[in-house]
Amino acid sequence: MTRQSRTAWLFTVPVLAIILLVFVVPTALALGLSVTDYSIYALADPANLHFVGLGNFADLFATPLFWRAMANTGLCALLGVPMAIGTSLAVALLLHDRTVRWKPLWRVLLFAPYVTSVVATSVVWRFVLNTQFGLLNYALRAIGAPGVDWLGDPRASIPAILLFVTWKVFGYNMIVFTAALAAVPVDLMEAARLDGAGRWMRFRHVTLPAIGPTLLLAAVMSVAGFLQIFAEPYVMTLGGPSQSTTTVLYFMFDEGFKWWNLGQASAVAFILFVLILLLTMIQTRIGRRYEWL
Amino acid sequence: MRRLLANAAVALVTAVTILPLVWMVLVSFMPRGASSAYPPPLWPTRWTLENYHELLARRLIDGAWFDYRVLPALWNSVLVAVISTMLGLLLTVPAGYAFAKLRFRGRERLLQALIAALVVPGQVAMLPLFLIFKELGLVNSYAGVILPSLAGIFAVLFVRQATLAIPDEMLDAARLDGASEIRIFVSIVLPLLAPVTVTLAVFLFLGSWNDFLWPLIVLADQHLYTLPVAVAAIGREHAADGELMMAAAVVTTLPVLAIFLALQRYYITGLLGGSIKG
Repeated sequence: MTRQSRTAWLFTVPVLAIILLVFVVPTALALGLSVTDYSIYALADPANLHFVGLGNFADLFATPLFWRAMANTGLCALLGVPMAIGTSLAVALLLHDRTVRWKPLWRVLLFAPYVTSVVATSVVWRFVLNTQFGLLNYALRAIGAPGVDWLGDPRASIPAILLFVTWKVFGYNMIVFTAALAAVPVDLMEAARLDGAGRWMRFRHVTLPAIGPTLLLAAVMSVAGFLQIFAEPYVMTLGGPSQSTTTVLYFMFDEGFKWWNLGQASAVAFILFVLILLLTMIQTRIGRRYEWL
Repeated sequence: MRRLLANAAVALVTAVTILPLVWMVLVSFMPRGASSAYPPPLWPTRWTLENYHELLARRLIDGAWFDYRVLPALWNSVLVAVISTMLGLLLTVPAGYAFAKLRFRGRERLLQALIAALVVPGQVAMLPLFLIFKELGLVNSYAGVILPSLAGIFAVLFVRQATLAIPDEMLDAARLDGASEIRIFVSIVLPLLAPVTVTLAVFLFLGSWNDFLWPLIVLADQHLYTLPVAVAAIGREHAADGELMMAAAVVTTLPVLAIFLALQRYYITGLLGGSIKG
């Protein structure tokens, strides 16, 4: 063994060992757990553990609440990703304008919600979204719109949560997009301007292709993020009203740690994993087709 | 004209974004029940510390001591976040350097495996991990909260990315002078990586401080609750006490907001650097 490789192992083995113990092994075990009936009885006595094959998956597919959770989570990703990415891009473009002053100050303030604890800001937003006394309904009424029962109406609860999540996370991709926008070639932009291309044409044909890869990466990470919503419904709505905010992870948490059906919950976790993997692959393929990657 | 419009638009967007946080602070200083009024008051008519007093002080109620255990939770959060940040740096900075600059067998394959692992959501591992930790007696302990946060795959890749910028000639020259590998790492590489290390430290600290799902799972003992878990528990019982909950939210967010504001230059450059290279 060379001196270099000895040092390399000394440097990498500790962290690799921990990754193995708390990530690789449990992930492999999750697959094993998902084909057992591990429940509170097995927790008490391992003799109660049985192999059930794909039984957990069959049970899940026959459970209405599971499909409800899938639909809710799908809706979160479908509405949330465009909402969050759109907000990030719009604000980044606004901030990119060369006439805007004090950019570092705006950047820091706009980013601030991202570093706060989800639980704490969920608590705050539960009051912002309050039907009677909330700031949001106050603003809506001030412009003549009717107030909405944000967290009490099953049709409004997901949009309400997405509004909160967008507020919380848009700062991150805004910063990322700011960097990408700064790298758009200036001479190309100038050439387009001289050729008489309007604002929209310049955005469509110069800016968008240049930031395409960044946009795609942000979309991939956002999809994964929106599929993993948990703390927001846990703190704001407890999955309600009438299970309209029960997400896949919320469902998994209840199955696993409220009812102690760990086998069943592992099956849920596994489905979530496959879903994220599939969506990532599809998005990468779309990216390749348009030569963004 | 355009200048005015663009600046006004940015200022407006920023004001709307910051409003919930400012409102959180203002309401936390309002007397009990004052925020439940229409129109919602934007400024306390009377400033008071009673919410903080109720939240933080121990009181004698019907002959029994009672408190919300917020101060112990604050202490738990600080302890957990500081330890996982320190250990996280200790584990991932040398590893990131090794993956960037040291030649060893299996490096490329391990690297690919780490990158592939980024796709796997952490929640998949949580259920078996809970059972493993139960066997190891780590449930309901600080170690149980901290250990999973040390599997810093992202951190290793982040440090590796930054280390690639260090020229090989510099390290080779030191090797020719007879410096040991450890010496090279400590006296040449670490000083160059100092800004990246600060960035990573902020990332790790914020990540640990704000973590919720895993501490919720692994901690059953109220005395060990971290702040987010404690605040979520209080929130379930005191959903209607706006002012009290706002005070709890302030206690939870203010420390990290302060750290972020103090170190925002590192944090934001870290984000920008990562995205330009990646």
